[in-house]
Amino acid sequence: MNGGMSRRRLITTGLAAAAGLSGMAVAARLARKYGLVPPDGGGPYGAGTTLTYAAQRVLTRHTLAREFPRGMISKRPFANGAPPTFEEFTKLQAGGFSDWRLEVNGMVSNPGSFSLPDLRSLPPRSQVTQVVCEEGWSYIAEWIGTPLSLILQTAGILPQARFVVYYSIEKGMWDSLDMADALHPQTLVTYGFNGGDLPVRFGGPLRIRVPRQLAYKSVKYLTRLTVTDDLRNFGKGLGSASAEEGYSWCPGI
Amino acid sequence: MADPASSTDGNAPASEPLTEPPAPPLPRHTLTVRITHWVAALSALALLVTGIELVISHPRFYWGEEGNVNTSTLFSLPIPSSRGSVPTGYSYVLPDQNGWSRALHFQTAWVVVPTGLWYLLSSLLSGHLLKDLLPSRAGLSPKALFRTALDHLLFRPVRREPAYNPLQRISYLVVVFVAFPFMIWTGLAMSPSATSLLPFLATALGGHQSARTLHFLDTIFLVLFVAAHVVMVFRTGFRRQLAGMIGGGSKEEG
Repeated sequence: MNGGMSRRRLITTGLAAAAGLSGMAVAARLARKYGLVPPDGGGPYGAGTTLTYAAQRVLTRHTLAREFPRGMISKRPFANGAPPTFEEFTKLQAGGFSDWRLEVNGMVSNPGSFSLPDLRSLPPRSQVTQVVCEEGWSYIAEWIGTPLSLILQTAGILPQARFVVYYSIEKGMWDSLDMADALHPQTLVTYGFNGGDLPVRFGGPLRIRVPRQLAYKSVKYLTRLTVTDDLRNFGKGLGSASAEEGYSWCPGI
Repeated sequence: MADPASSTDGNAPASEPLTEPPAPPLPRHTLTVRITHWVAALSALALLVTGIELVISHPRFYWGEEGNVNTSTLFSLPIPSSRGSVPTGYSYVLPDQNGWSRALHFQTAWVVVPTGLWYLLSSLLSGHLLKDLLPSRAGLSPKALFRTALDHLLFRPVRREPAYNPLQRISYLVVVFVAFPFMIWTGLAMSPSATSLLPFLATALGGHQSARTLHFLDTIFLVLFVAAHVVMVFRTGFRRQLAGMIGGGSKEEG
């Protein structure tokens, strides 16, 4: 190997590195501009998390989660975790959930709350989808509910809305969706399961279902929706309670 | 399986023993092969460690679409779990490592898949693929394959073709064109987001759980490949092979 070769190689490598770095800077700016950076896109795994989220936003903005024929509904679905035992919940349960409310606030023109009959009076959607847990197990079930987009429309969602934050009655259980997922036709606020009422152990009386993402995104015992344009004011600003424990905010994989 | 690899050192006599002097020329790997090899090796380690962590959260495997603790398994691993909901026979539950394991698993995939594509494209364009990896017709004859296999099994010095021997070529081709693509496919088939775009990723395999089981079995296959690969690296001169894959060798040394 002579000096000329190594000098040429040095220059080529330098130019390639400079091009690579500036390319990455441009890509990062474009990604931010087009909303391709997730709230949990920092930290040691931020690059991978951002690529995964960006790929989903570019490739699967309008795709539909797989739906199955009714015959494939699981005979013995698995209800993960135990139902809440604290008094606030058990009191509502004793009353047949007639006092259960879904509060909607934030960037909406008509903040307020929906009772279960209010939600049932809106046009329902039923879909047989797979519940896929990040642990590896899965089951197929029919979910019946109101499209989240319809609830947001009814509440008068404002044009500057960028995220919908949602809360469980269980303390510390909250998550959020970008508008692509919040307005997605399969994102439902469900009250029905396999033809009947949604059982408490599966998240009844109200559970959000986001079938294109892993099941931890489908928070149980839904009580509140907050529409916002900025997730930094919620928790640690990572978009969800799970993200604060290292579980990605957009778990489509 | 890791004979000196090169497109330029084909002048060694075919019967030259590997374990005795004079030592065969240093393997000469291109810069692309060396970089992609070590990126793949580090990635394999990261994917394996995180993959094991993820399996621990549900060490049961199924076939078809659905599978959970209420359904029967295809097989399950006799190991403790990081979830209390999984019946394992162990009285304790391991700590949950899935958050960072998932994040690192996917981040590594983002590194190793483009690296693999770079290797593939470069090997195709440089002729490495056709010259060094595609077995010759003579090498594929049952007699030659049997002889090479026997040499390996009896721990005899493996007779050398120019560059890789036929069994080695077949192993590398299977890994590059079957095991790696299948790993990506079965991985994506487990993603509800990916199957919303390409449903056949899962349905063609028999379902979500089949994909997960096949992803696991493909891992076992690749772990066995790496084990055999490392054994052959030791058998053919660990230091020399390692130097070849790091420095690439040079004409002066060769």
